Amino acid sequence: MGENMNITVNGHSLTVPAGTIVAAAIAQAGVQRLRRSASGEPRTALCGMGVCFECRVTINGDPNCRSCLTLCEDGMEVRTDD
Amino acid sequence: MTSERHTCEVLVVGAGPAGITAACVAGEAGKSVALVDNSPWLGGQIWRGEQTRQTHQEARRWLRRLENCGARIFSGATVFDGSATGTLFAESPTAILEFTWRKLIVATGAREVLLPFPGWTLPGVMGAGGLHAMVQGGWPVAGKRVVVAGSGPLLLAVAQGLQEHGADVPLVVEQAPWSKVIEFGAGLLRFPTKLLQGIATRAALGQVRYRCGCWPVRAEGAEWVQSVVLTNGKSTWTERYDYLAWGFHLVPNLELPLLLGCVTANGSVAVDAFQETSVKAIYCAGEPTGVGGADSALVEGQIAGLAAAGKTEEARALFRRRNSWHRFKAALSTAFALRPELKRLAAADTIVCRCEDVRQAELAGFADWRAAKLQTRCGMGPCQGRVCGAATHVLFGWELASVRPPIFPVRTGTLRAAGTCLKPQNEDK
Repeated sequence: MGENMNITVNGHSLTVPAGTIVAAAIAQAGVQRLRRSASGEPRTALCGMGVCFECRVTINGDPNCRSCLTLCEDGMEVRTDD
Repeated sequence: MTSERHTCEVLVVGAGPAGITAACVAGEAGKSVALVDNSPWLGGQIWRGEQTRQTHQEARRWLRRLENCGARIFSGATVFDGSATGTLFAESPTAILEFTWRKLIVATGAREVLLPFPGWTLPGVMGAGGLHAMVQGGWPVAGKRVVVAGSGPLLLAVAQGLQEHGADVPLVVEQAPWSKVIEFGAGLLRFPTKLLQGIATRAALGQVRYRCGCWPVRAEGAEWVQSVVLTNGKSTWTERYDYLAWGFHLVPNLELPLLLGCVTANGSVAVDAFQETSVKAIYCAGEPTGVGGADSALVEGQIAGLAAAGKTEEARALFRRRNSWHRFKAALSTAFALRPELKRLAAADTIVCRCEDVRQAELAGFADWRAAKLQTRCGMGPCQGRVCGAATHVLFGWELASVRPPIFPVRTGTLRAAGTCLKPQNEDK
């Protein structure tokens, strides 16, 4: 524990402590919107436990990952649906 | 993606208190045990973070037993299909897991009831337990003004947790009337540990106001919530907040037991005294058998684990303790029953299904969820109705529609590799 992870969120670099979930890292990066809904509304994480899928983002090129259930790993590239 | 096959005598789904205790006692009884959970960590929601934090004595004790009981642990794997004949499929970020089991213990926990009201889709309006969970994973709330609203004892625990992470929580709003909450509090005299827990939580909350008989009616803002309109049924008022953390108590996660053919009654899985479901060799423990909290789950998990391992006498010895927690369960559902006003919060243009953006007016008039699904796509998005299902049950009285695999969205490659969901027995009947 205690180590830091370097990740990027929409191309911006960020350092977070180990144990940080991707959704939280995105919030720490100041990104408020994780995706746009079917009718174009801004959305962010809701249930925090992998149920609602509102927090889905692209992680290392893999789309539709639940950012609330994914821990940050060093070198991770995260993109929100912006 | 790689494919892995695992064989075990007892397979446990869900690594919260019920699943962990079940896996421990079955493993300690000498059975080969596998424990699978969709989070990358152990503990479920209630013991989340205890693996590293180790502040909760009971959690620490059980997590240590789990380490030593010989159970193989598969974290970060989402169960998406299975059958009562002894198979189960899960997908992790790197592998497809196929389990073969002789006894299965379903301990899939519960989720929050998130009822639609105008503005509930705004960023910043988040599940109460949800926000608390994410804050533990590093979501920044320090200095943010948060109102916690909804129903159930969880709200106070959430408020305490958010405060510990630096949030400013001036108000907790409970929809149940004072009379019911006081009655529930008095009933806790029979559950001294719960009473002490409640007193400690309230004391820790200090200056936080706890208002009963109030609920949120609207959230306002453009890209993020800015203010919340609250009511006590007589007057309404607006307060500025950075977050509304809300949830109207919990509802069991029933997708897996329903897929496996387990009979449910009153929204929970029906079990016998040994926690065995209507399907032989499939047991169920914790919230799916009726929301009762961690203490109830701990006993049910042990009974299920012992019964699955053939230790019926040891299981029987725990019946009395379990039955006492069942009285707590019953008291919970009576005290925090939802008031009828909550059914009328959604306006005609309020989104009910967040995945497909289906609005309240589009749903009125359908006889059941299935009809609404076919015509409007309500419940057809990635969450598969996990959020709007509970909402439409409250709003329209609709029951859960039939469950089909995959019970969670997975990669098409996973379905192909697993060869599941394409078999004739899974075709539409």
